[in-house]
Amino acid sequence: MISVYYFGAISLILIGLYAVLVKKNLLKILVGLSIMETGVNLLLISIGYVSGRSAPILSEGIGPNQAVDPIPQALVLTAIVIGVATTAMALSAAIILYEKYGTLNVDEIRRLRG
Amino acid sequence: MNCFACVEYIIVALMLLSAILAVEWRDLLAAVVGMAAVSLFASLLFFMLQAPDVAMTEAAIGAALSGAVFIFAIKRTRRFETEEEEKPGWWVRW
Repeated sequence: MISVYYFGAISLILIGLYAVLVKKNLLKILVGLSIMETGVNLLLISIGYVSGRSAPILSEGIGPNQAVDPIPQALVLTAIVIGVATTAMALSAAIILYEKYGTLNVDEIRRLRG
Repeated sequence: MNCFACVEYIIVALMLLSAILAVEWRDLLAAVVGMAAVSLFASLLFFMLQAPDVAMTEAAIGAALSGAVFIFAIKRTRRFETEEEEKPGWWVRW
């Protein structure tokens, strides 16, 4: 039986991909990209999860063989920061496009207008 | 099925509902609120997957900072997606 975390993560990736492919508004496309990024992070974390083990913080009763895999968590910490930086840069590009063309519809943004 | 699995199923269902609503709403401010809700439920799932540091980062960055940046961008542009009139003329979908 497939884990519910895998189902949720892959469904988030597919919903974000639908928004990127189908929607016309530029900000809605960026919302889809952000949702897709959250899905990828959730998929990576759920790959490293071992059922019944605790968080990878070494404390009194927790040894190294009773914790989940810490490597995907470090990877996802990096990926979250990269994702928010990418989103902020794309939003500034969207603001500049709106000031230049006066619209956010990706079908109406052409080169020689305005 | 114990109660912990029930909570997992409920949170995943709420997260997928928030994602679908965030994609389908035409009000972009509501769509950003839906996206922040997706990040909030994902951060709860990270905490249940025994990754508390990722949960803290996702709650701070994904739900708060990313939503704030989107709201600033909406403030500089327009709030609603442009939609066609009720009976569109021949030039609308040209």
